[in-house]
Formats: sequence, C-alpha cells, structure tokens
Amino acid sequence: MALKIFKNFIKRMFSNLFKNKKEIKLGFYGPPNAGKTSLANRICKDFTGEELGSVSKVPHETRNVQFKEKVEIDYKGKKLTFKLVDTPGIATKIDYEDFLKYNMKKGDAKQRAKEATEGVVESIKWLDDMDLVVVVLDAAENPYNQVNITIIGNLVARKIPILIVANKIDMKKADMKKIEAAFPEYEVVGISAKYGKNLEEFYESVFKLSKKVK
Amino acid sequence: MAEKRGRNLGKIKGFSIQFLPYSEIRGLGSDERIRKILGIILANNILILQGRLKADEETRLIGDTMAMIGHVKDFKGIELAVISSSNGGNRAVNKMKEELVNIITGGDVSAITIIGPATIVKEMKRNPKKIELLLNK
Repeated sequence: MALKIFKNFIKRMFSNLFKNKKEIKLGFYGPPNAGKTSLANRICKDFTGEELGSVSKVPHETRNVQFKEKVEIDYKGKKLTFKLVDTPGIATKIDYEDFLKYNMKKGDAKQRAKEATEGVVESIKWLDDMDLVVVVLDAAENPYNQVNITIIGNLVARKIPILIVANKIDMKKADMKKIEAAFPEYEVVGISAKYGKNLEEFYESVFKLSKKVK
Repeated sequence: MAEKRGRNLGKIKGFSIQFLPYSEIRGLGSDERIRKILGIILANNILILQGRLKADEETRLIGDTMAMIGHVKDFKGIELAVISSSNGGNRAVNKMKEELVNIITGGDVSAITIIGPATIVKEMKRNPKKIELLLNK
C-alpha cells in the first residue's frame, strides 16, 4: 500500500514537471492593424531580446504566420515557456486599391493583396493548433466587427482559452468600456503595445489563463 | 454632404436583396451551404439569411472568399454581419432560450445574417441592435 502511494506520488511529480515544461502555443489573432505583431514583438524583445516581425501603418504587413519558439516568460518568479504564433490579420475583403493610398505601386499593391488573402487562409488553418489565443483588438475601433465575433466563436467552439486585448489605449479615441461591453463574457485587458503600457496586467492574465490549457 | 451622398445612390449599377429562409439551408451540408451563399453573392446580391452559420462555417466562408479574390473578376471579398437576439438582456437566460429553439428548429434561426459583395457594400457598421449598410457609389 505504502509502495503504491509512493509510486503515485512520483508519477504525479513527474507528470507535473513535464506539464510545466510544456511549450504553450500562444496565438495572436485579430483584424489587420490591431497591433498583433507589435504585442508579439514587445514580448519577444522583453524575454529574448529579438523581435518577431516587422510592423507598418499599411494594413496586412504580416502576411505569413511567424513564430518564435521557446520564449520563456518570467513573471513574478513564475516561469512558463511559450511558442508565440503571430498570425496575419483576418479580413473578409481585400482590395489592392486600398494599398495605393499608401503610395504603393500598382504591381506591389496587387502582390500584397494576393499575399494577404493567402495569409488569411493560413491564419484560419492555424486556429486548430493553438493552446491559448490572445485576440488583439484596436481599442479605437468598433469592436462589433463580425471578424472579431467569428474568431471568438471559433475559439469557443474549439474550447481554446481566450484573452481579449484592447490595444492602443494610448489613443484619444480608445474606448475600453465599449470593448468590455461587446465581450462581457471575457476578460479584457487594455494595453499599449507600442509604449509598453499595462503589460504587467497582460502577463498576469496570460499566466492565469495558461492554467486552463489542456 | 450626407444628403449629396444619398442622392448619388442612383450611380450604383444595380443589385438586388435576396432573402433566404433558414429552411433553404437546414438540410444542406457545410460545403453546399457555403456554395449556395457564395453563388448568391457572386450574382451581385445582398443576402439576408434567416439564422446564422455555425462558427466553423463562418470561417470557411471567409477562407473560401479569400481564395476567390484574384481568381474571380472584380471580386474583392464580402461584408458580413450577424445580428442576434441574444445581444443585450440577460445573456444566460437568452443562451438557454436559444439552445432550446435551436434544438426544436434544427439550427439558429433567431439571428439574421447579412452578407454582401464588397464591390456593392462598402461597409457594414453595426452595434448590438442595428446594422447600417454603406454602399459604394
């Protein structure tokens, strides 16, 4: 009997040890230009010293899924290892003419639009692989965009834990209350990825949510 | 300025609004549902669908739409909005009611889904109780 209890104890200890060592796949999803890459860059730079991808005012700057493995986040003495997955913004329409407004040449704009459409498809495909998803929204934009609702609906259907991040709270137009009212069933953390504002609360929420990862 | 924009509606080349009752898609599989919807949209119609698609069907619709951009002439994607009766009020009670209705009717018929081609619909502005369709000139 004593031997059995001891065996179970050892087994539990080892399983917990491996559970803690597991790399959590943390996805960044959301509409284009919400600041997914800015946030992923901020985390990467804080904990690895390197950035993940380039950012731009022109929408659809991220057109391929990009990731950084073995990012060990140390928060208040606790450590978790993540694979950060930064995804292209999900949209329902892409018009190359929209890129021309940013002084882009027609050929480049068409190429960007083509890559952006492929990026959306890739983002959707990666949904199944995520352990935990941060839905990044622009706090200055209307949150009742169907893309946001569709992404969240899919994550709920897949039973993937969700954290909603209202980015760009440094902007005058930012409206945290509107985001919270739109998604009352979820925790919403307001941050500014650009200026590193309120990231402590963000990390706390990520660690809290990591406990729900199966 | 707004009045002037309103008067310019006559410049739109033409579109129609098509209503699709849920009974028309209830018996269809996901592939057929999406094909039917895209067929309506590609014919330059704004679709008003009784009910809503499943979450995975909505993403498949977005994915299929993206795959068509650049391959179908002048197609730039879609504008999509869902307005549901569960917005506002007691969410838990609404959710229970919805689930009960879904079991009886075989799908979510309490919502309204509006889908339009992006060439016609410039933007769908929505809040929990209202959808505004802004059309391209």
